[in-house]
Amino acid sequence: MSKLCWTCLSRLFLKYYDYIFPEYDDLYCKYCFVYGQDWAPTAGLEEGISQITSKSQDARRALVWNFPIDVTFKSTNPYGWPQIVLSVYGPDVFGNDVVRGYGAVHVPLSPGRHKKTIPMFVPESTSKLQKFTSWFMGRRPEYTDPKVVAQGEGREVTRVRSQGFVTLLFNVVTKDMRKLGYDTGPPDTQGVSGPSPPQGLPR
Amino acid sequence: MKSKEEKVKIISEEFIDDGEDAEEERQKKPLKIPRQKRKKQLPTASREEMVLENSPVDDQQEPVQKGPDTRLLGMTSRRGPRSLPPIPSASRTGFAEFSMRERMREKLQAARSKAESALLQEIPTPRPRRLRSPTEKESETEFGTELDREVQRTQQDHDSQGHSRVKFHDSVRKIKSKPPVPPGFPSAEEAYNFFTFNFDPEPEESEEKPKAKNRHGANREEKEGEEEEPPVQEGDEEEWLDGKDVEDLLLGLDHTAEDFVAVRPADYQSVHVRLQKEKELLFVPSRRTVPTYKKLPENVQPRYLEDEGLYIGARPEVPRTNQNIMENRLLTQEPGRRWFGDDGRILALPNPIKPVPSRPPMLTQEQDIKAELETLYKKAVKYIHRSQHLIGSGDAPGNFQLDIDISGLIFTHHPCFSREHVLAAKLAQLYDQYLARRQRNKAKFLTDKLHALRSAVQMGLNPAKTPKTLETTPKTINEYKSEIRQTRKLRDAEQEKDRTLLKTIIKVWKEMKSLREFQRFTNTPLKLVLRKEKVDQKADEEAYEAEIQAEINELLEEHTEEYEQRMEVYRVTLQQWKAWKKAQRAKKKKKKQEAEEHPADEEREEPGPGEEPEKPAPPEPVDRAVIEQQVRERAAQSRRRPGEPTLVPELSLAGSVTPNDQCPRVEVMRREDIKRRSLFLKVTFNNKEVSRTESRPLGADFRVHFGQIFNLQIFNWPESLTLQVYETVGHSGTTLLAEVFLPIPETTVVSGRAPIEEVEFSSNQHVTLDHEGVGSGVPFSFEADGGNQLILMTSGKVSNSVAWAIGENGIPLIPPLSQQNIGFRSALKRADAISSIGTSGLTDMKKLAKWAAESKLDPNDPSNGPLMQLISVATSGESYIPDFFRLEQLQQEFNFVSDEELNRSKRFRLLLLRSQEVPEFRHYKQIPLYDREIMEKVFQDYEKRLRDRNVIETKDHIDTHRATVAKYLQQVRESVINRFLIAKHHFLLSDLVVEEEVPNISILGLSLFKLAEQKRPLRPRRKGRKKVTAQNLSDGDIKLLVNIIRAYDIPVRKPTASKFHQTSRSSRTFTEKHAASPTTHSPAHSADYPLGQVLVRPFVEVSFQRTICHTTTAEGPNPSWNEELELPFRAPNGDYSTGSLQSVKDDVFINIFDEVLYDVLEDDRERGSGIHTRIERHWLGCVKIPFSTIYFQARFDSQEDEKLLQATEKFRAECALKFPNRQCLTTVVDVSGKTVFVTRYLKPLNPPQELLDAYPNNPQATAELVARYVSLIPFLPDTVSFAGVCDLWSTSDQFLDLLAGDEEEHAVLLCNYFLSMGKKAWLVTGNAIPEGPTAYVLTREQSHYLIWNPCSGHFYGQFDTFCPLKSVSCLIGPDNIWFNIQQYDSPLRINFDVTKPKLWKSFFSRSLPYPGLSSVQPEELIYQRTDKVAAAELQDRIEKILKEKIMDWRPRHLTRWNRYCTSMLRHFLPLLERNQEDVEDDHRAELLKQLGDYRFSGFPLHMPYSEVKPLIEAVYSTGVHNIDAPNVEFALAVYVHPYPRNVLSVWIYVASLIRNR
Repeated sequence: MSKLCWTCLSRLFLKYYDYIFPEYDDLYCKYCFVYGQDWAPTAGLEEGISQITSKSQDARRALVWNFPIDVTFKSTNPYGWPQIVLSVYGPDVFGNDVVRGYGAVHVPLSPGRHKKTIPMFVPESTSKLQKFTSWFMGRRPEYTDPKVVAQGEGREVTRVRSQGFVTLLFNVVTKDMRKLGYDTGPPDTQGVSGPSPPQGLPR
Repeated sequence: MKSKEEKVKIISEEFIDDGEDAEEERQKKPLKIPRQKRKKQLPTASREEMVLENSPVDDQQEPVQKGPDTRLLGMTSRRGPRSLPPIPSASRTGFAEFSMRERMREKLQAARSKAESALLQEIPTPRPRRLRSPTEKESETEFGTELDREVQRTQQDHDSQGHSRVKFHDSVRKIKSKPPVPPGFPSAEEAYNFFTFNFDPEPEESEEKPKAKNRHGANREEKEGEEEEPPVQEGDEEEWLDGKDVEDLLLGLDHTAEDFVAVRPADYQSVHVRLQKEKELLFVPSRRTVPTYKKLPENVQPRYLEDEGLYIGARPEVPRTNQNIMENRLLTQEPGRRWFGDDGRILALPNPIKPVPSRPPMLTQEQDIKAELETLYKKAVKYIHRSQHLIGSGDAPGNFQLDIDISGLIFTHHPCFSREHVLAAKLAQLYDQYLARRQRNKAKFLTDKLHALRSAVQMGLNPAKTPKTLETTPKTINEYKSEIRQTRKLRDAEQEKDRTLLKTIIKVWKEMKSLREFQRFTNTPLKLVLRKEKVDQKADEEAYEAEIQAEINELLEEHTEEYEQRMEVYRVTLQQWKAWKKAQRAKKKKKKQEAEEHPADEEREEPGPGEEPEKPAPPEPVDRAVIEQQVRERAAQSRRRPGEPTLVPELSLAGSVTPNDQCPRVEVMRREDIKRRSLFLKVTFNNKEVSRTESRPLGADFRVHFGQIFNLQIFNWPESLTLQVYETVGHSGTTLLAEVFLPIPETTVVSGRAPIEEVEFSSNQHVTLDHEGVGSGVPFSFEADGGNQLILMTSGKVSNSVAWAIGENGIPLIPPLSQQNIGFRSALKRADAISSIGTSGLTDMKKLAKWAAESKLDPNDPSNGPLMQLISVATSGESYIPDFFRLEQLQQEFNFVSDEELNRSKRFRLLLLRSQEVPEFRHYKQIPLYDREIMEKVFQDYEKRLRDRNVIETKDHIDTHRATVAKYLQQVRESVINRFLIAKHHFLLSDLVVEEEVPNISILGLSLFKLAEQKRPLRPRRKGRKKVTAQNLSDGDIKLLVNIIRAYDIPVRKPTASKFHQTSRSSRTFTEKHAASPTTHSPAHSADYPLGQVLVRPFVEVSFQRTICHTTTAEGPNPSWNEELELPFRAPNGDYSTGSLQSVKDDVFINIFDEVLYDVLEDDRERGSGIHTRIERHWLGCVKIPFSTIYFQARFDSQEDEKLLQATEKFRAECALKFPNRQCLTTVVDVSGKTVFVTRYLKPLNPPQELLDAYPNNPQATAELVARYVSLIPFLPDTVSFAGVCDLWSTSDQFLDLLAGDEEEHAVLLCNYFLSMGKKAWLVTGNAIPEGPTAYVLTREQSHYLIWNPCSGHFYGQFDTFCPLKSVSCLIGPDNIWFNIQQYDSPLRINFDVTKPKLWKSFFSRSLPYPGLSSVQPEELIYQRTDKVAAAELQDRIEKILKEKIMDWRPRHLTRWNRYCTSMLRHFLPLLERNQEDVEDDHRAELLKQLGDYRFSGFPLHMPYSEVKPLIEAVYSTGVHNIDAPNVEFALAVYVHPYPRNVLSVWIYVASLIRNR
């Protein structure tokens, strides 16, 4: 086995999800990471599920998860940079859990704090009738594997509809990137002091 | 009312300001700033103040008395705050203007007050109160005030703004009470009036606020705005004047702007000034024509290239004015004259638009269009896949191709032509000629040339104009002149030709018309229309006259020249004559009289030195009148008369042909005759017929359309290429009409570039017809009296093109030039490049260039364009034109390192190979970051594989044939895998999205039914396990569960007669055990043995991936364990994806052993205190289950006939709906990866004759032998060889070639053999115990059915409980598929009668009849005898290898071989092969006899031979070598029995012997 000679430690904190769906409530979110063959997680859970959140009572009617995720990866190759794949679920009118959106985004390359807003989408039914029955039966079309949203292959056969956005807040720390010839932004500072203290809702 | 005064004070101050200069302005500033502040306090103004203010309003309401007063005040005040009195002379606006405004304002004021009063009068109640004098205001009651306020509210409609302003002023007033009130100011009333009326000046000041509040007074405001404009301007100007102190101005600007500046009028400049300015800035080019001298360099005459005879081309049309504008602009902008040509015009390319569209002509007839659009059916050619790997066949050399495209045939004469047709053909021909001539328009060209030459001559004669060409003038002029002469002659000839042609056309048309009239019907749709183009009579006449004059002049000149020449000659001869005469006279003075007469005769003749010199006569002087006469005559003859309209004939097919019923009988007969005729062409190549066209009927228009292309595959250089035209009349024979010789195309003519050419032909046949047709070769006449006879021969044109084909790689398929007979070439000609330098010269650029230079090609003529370009490119030498073009020309820029460097880098190579999904690297993880960290050995396997791809390794295989097969299998596997790797990247929606299917009635019904279902049924059914997605698995997560339930019929140890010790033996493996018919098993339970005696203590050991688990030891021949064994599973490389799981080659071995306890205690004394036993285990049998069976997933590709595929889909869907667990097999994938309908595999095929001959009288034995033969072909599961891809079916010949295949191939072969042996046989698909989904063979004997296991060769009766086939889903025959729709699928419980549609659903039925699918199997199988010597050799080698292996496996012990036993076994093995089961007892007895004092434990292993490794594995798994008794001896014998086609049956007898004490 080849020796791992550098580590890209990306430590990201999903500070909150700000999931603005017009009529949905009580949503929860699954996440997983998709990464290339040269990547390996060294710490943290690369797959997980959040708590259920309800709409805020203020005017924004936002759904806030404030769900932290802490993952560290190492790699020998920037190819296959990790992506986080989110899939949001929630009950429909009849109380069935249905998928409310899929989305994916690359973990930011440069260290620091990043805020990403991911547009979410769901696959569409192939016909009007199926749309009705899927609505009626509470079995909406879903991806066989949510990871497909992180890749392009095979997506041409699907039709999707967009709904809502999820906001993620990343705190990324990298290590030894510059040493190995990858300049991803501001210089790697020694002893980056973890993620900044939790913040309230964004303005 | 101090504030009032204060306001007035401000006004006065501002008045002063106006008068003063900017210095005062500065003083003003501090004043304004506080005021600004004060304004802000406006909202705080108290209610009280408002009340106070309200009372004085009364005064204002009496316009009659106070009117003028207030007006005056208002006027001043209005101007006041603006502080801009008009008096200062600095103001630009004149006094008059001001007074105008003043008057305007007054008028407005008056109007306003009038309106107000009118309004007030309408309100009766408030008036009395208001009429009270202002003095009463102190005593005013609360009530009154209120009223007043009411009034004011009503007033607000008009005056709300004013109201607010009033408030404002009050506040101002209040605060600004500090300054002392100067004496002599207006009274309070006046002041009040002033303020109440003082809304006008301030709208801008507080504009924002009131506007926001109220917009009621908009009307008034507008008026006010108008009024106020002038003062603003004044203020503006005032400030403008203050330019000296800019800083001050800027500082105070904010306030000033608020206070003074409000609205500014638009700046105005007088038109003249503006025009003046515009003139400076703008440039308007003139439209007038630019004189030529301006456009040319000085002292240069314009040169007209066209006149010099050079080709210029037509310029694109641009309106004259536009041209002039452009020229003017260019002249002014760029003084250089590079935009202008020598002729003083703007440079322009010739008009690129072609006058004729280049679209290919569409044929007018409908059927022709259809023929063009017709799709051609081309039969598919099956691609022979195997040859790709086994035989590499290149293209045979000398394979050339000539494409002959025969598009059609047109007759210019045919015996069936009617008279009208003859004329029509003539007319058409003439018209074509006319069109061609018109296209060339030679006359026009020559005329132009003539003009050019003439003007050139004129220029040449006028040396002042062209000083440059002075030297060459006389010579060139002479040249020009001679050319003029020639050109004129040519021109005249051309014109005359044109004219005659036109005349002929008209004449023929007239003839045709008269003919049509005469015969009273029309045969041809031809119609000629003469279009007259009017010409300008006058201009035409002038041109005509000028032309004649020019000609006359020239002729005159010519004649004069001639005359002069003659005169010269005349003079010379005259002198000679005179000299001669003198001499003569001196000689013969007498003959003087005589001599004088002669010259008179001579005068008419040309003067020349005669033999007998005679007196030359002076040439006649040129007579202009005569010449003119001649010229005019000629012109009248050949040219269009002036003013005569130009005639343009137009030939169309617009006419209508008279229908048959209106024609006379003879004509109808003619038409009928045409219909009977058809034509075809034969293509002969080197006088051999190679192909012929289809026979096509002759059309009424005597055209035949073929539209066929013949691809001639030739080997030799074509000597001749001929088309033979054949005509068929009715049903009688064909006649050869004519032969058309086609030219052999040049080597440069290749397919796609060859133009369609028309080749004429004619025939000399004589045909006389008895109808209207004129016949051929016989005289006929148009005239009634038969005069003026014509004889026409059958003739026509074939339009065709011949070209060399282009091969697949783009190389033309042309034989090398050496094959050509280079024919003679015509002599050098100047006109034609090809004839002058030969075709090969075309490739020799220098020759071509030379020729071009010699022949004085016009380089500007577009028809010579490509040639000139070619020459210029070729001769310049410098310019390099690559003979290739580059794809992805930008690629180079993106190459960050060179390819070599990239290849050298191990890391990049690794990344590249991984991304290409090369199997070795597909799942390579964490490629190291640096090259130095990558071990070289990473690539070793891969490189070795690449190297070995074409090397056949015989080491591992011993047998060369099998080595080849293995290699081939590997290659097929690779290609199939590649194919599927590509297919894997094509996704269907169902691969990506999980979607509920549209519910249909049955599903809905089912779901409804489910509601009523019991929640916990008494007999629960097994529910399928939920599939686990392989997302997050790691080693240890997956476990293999093996349930060992029970065993039947385990062989028992048979005690020897003499000895107490038992000898364990098993002549059959576990699976084989079931094979023999049940009857053979009965001895196992014979009652010979003492009851209660444990005969066997079996246990089961399961091994998978080097992990071994075993059950507890049970007792007896029918043990029941009921244990679950758990084995961990590790996926290769930790990759748990489907593809990788399917490629797991590990097998699950289930071995059954007999545990034997031996008492090792040798001393009987100790028996009481302890027991020492040695446990020995003896191998009884083995079941090998490939992992691929456990994990199986099939995926199919489709390529059969679409209809059939749809039917199969439907069939499958129907079957799956009813019985989802029964696999319905309809299509399978063949070796080349294509889907094939399964019945195509079944076809009677002959088994080896040798086997048939073995038991000639016993069909059952023959069948068994055949089954055995089939079972001896090694088994190789597809799922392993084509990892995770699909189940491939090879045909029986492929299978026998490969000598490897899985159950399906075995079953197919066996089924085919049975079919050829006349049995009723079907392929059975279903599930069997060790194999999983598999294929068996079912045969129907006289009364019962037999189920054959093709891999073992055993057969079972239908009701045999030991039959491994547990379920039956499909039966497949050679022509149909039957799906089991019975309730049960166990063979025990089903009926195999396929004729019952209730039990078996057939694929082909009445609704879908069997289409007669051709078989994919070969016609016949050919067997060759296997070499016995080679088999013996192989036998020895296997034995040697196995012995070595056993010794290797016992590294700590000595391995002794018992030679005696070995040789005995070796003799014994062939017997086993011959009659497999029966020899057992004899064999045992013999063994015991021979090996009297040995404890013998051994068993024969039998397997088909594929390679050595499985044999070793089999021996190893028996565990014989594990016996570590100190005095053990071994015996091993191998026997290889050869069957036809290299099928080998291998027997291995392994035994351990322990000498008894």
